[in-house]
Amino acid sequence: MKLDLSGLQSFPSIPGGAVDDLGVDLFAAPSFQLPACSDFDGFQKDAIQMVKPAKGTTTLAFIFKEGVIVAADSRASMGGYISSQSVKKIIEINPYMLGTMAGGAADCQFWHRNLGIKCRLHELANKRRISVTGASKLLANILYSYRGMGLSVGTMIAGWDEKGPGLYYVDSEGGRLKGTRFSVGSGSPYAYGVLDSGYRFDMTVEEAAELARRSIYHATFRDGASGGVASVYHVGPDGWKKLSGDDVGELHYKYYPVAPTPVEQEMTDAPAA
Amino acid sequence: MSIFEYNGSAVVAMVGKNCFAIASDRRLGVNLQTIATDFQRIFKIHDKLYIGLSGLATDVQTLYQRLIFRHKLYQLREERDMKPQTFASLVSAILYEKRFGPYFCQPVIAGLGDDDVPFICTMDCIGAKELAKDFVVSGTASESLYGACESMYKPNMEPEELFETISQALLSSVDRDCLSGWGGHVLLVTSTEVQERTLKGRMD
Repeated sequence: MKLDLSGLQSFPSIPGGAVDDLGVDLFAAPSFQLPACSDFDGFQKDAIQMVKPAKGTTTLAFIFKEGVIVAADSRASMGGYISSQSVKKIIEINPYMLGTMAGGAADCQFWHRNLGIKCRLHELANKRRISVTGASKLLANILYSYRGMGLSVGTMIAGWDEKGPGLYYVDSEGGRLKGTRFSVGSGSPYAYGVLDSGYRFDMTVEEAAELARRSIYHATFRDGASGGVASVYHVGPDGWKKLSGDDVGELHYKYYPVAPTPVEQEMTDAPAA
Repeated sequence: MSIFEYNGSAVVAMVGKNCFAIASDRRLGVNLQTIATDFQRIFKIHDKLYIGLSGLATDVQTLYQRLIFRHKLYQLREERDMKPQTFASLVSAILYEKRFGPYFCQPVIAGLGDDDVPFICTMDCIGAKELAKDFVVSGTASESLYGACESMYKPNMEPEELFETISQALLSSVDRDCLSGWGGHVLLVTSTEVQERTLKGRMD
């Protein structure tokens, strides 16, 4: 049994294409093999549980006067265990577009790279860069075609195109939302709390970056599954730029320096009688 | 998720030369949400006897109160403090009383006995004692604590080195656990003094 993925095809297939030594058709449309078993749904459920790191996450993005800010933590956890503190959750699709990663690490990485290919091909075919709207729609359509098959993706596509800054939220359930302020992942409620209370459209880049950093920091503090490094990116008319990557362990003591404990009572000489 | 992992915890005790140290993390959470970062899991029974309780916070506090109560009755009747071994048996008996509806705690007991010989032990939630000569661990970070202690522990450490070792072991272990950390708490007990220190740790 094979899944038809002709929709994924990024180049025309060559009829009777080249076959290598191992008998693999090199020019065939990309496809994934499906397991040949009686209980497909049950098999899928078990298999999904095996490939789900990077569950806990905090990512956010927002549009403001000078472009888009994208920020994320860097922790990957498997249950209670922290499997990495240095994951790249902000994926650089092309010099003008960023994607964020929440949910399954492999699913996000693979489909963002796939989206990168599609965006480049669009650029070559049409002699102009793809819009953020278009790119997010490509991703949403692919994810929708896999709906119910266990993909786990919660992403934001942020970038700068001909119409200015663009920001979309896309998930593996098929949802695609346009907006100016999003946060995704287990730490998102905490991040939203800080972000919503501190957001203004007319912030400077520095103020916006600080707001993003603070939001990620507060999320990592409250959420056990978020932590590591708070990375902040800015996307402007000239493309994206990484502004900072601060270790949250140090950020905490920067925001809340430990005050030296005052001596409760100094010892004094007993007054002479 | 297990009820033992509901609040998250890390407790460790180590033996040195005529001294011991007991340490814990300071987090109180509800699953992945951090509620407080000044939670106490190590309690004093008397000057040379301490108990660390990992597991469900509500049971930690209830069990602590019952243990204090029983120890006070013992002090009144016997006019002396309990030996660590005796106290371990008491904890074990109290836990087994609830064999079919246990306290969701895993205790770590550390004390100095006669002639200041250090004693450490741990138990499961229904009172199966496990004595050790070197170190004992418990809590959600127990696997990483085993690894850290196994590689950092040396026999017959002096108090200063013991403090450094147990602190490093605790801090590096909780950095691999989502559910514990947010600072540490260390007690270093020798025959003449008790030093209590709070550790700065990663707050994520």
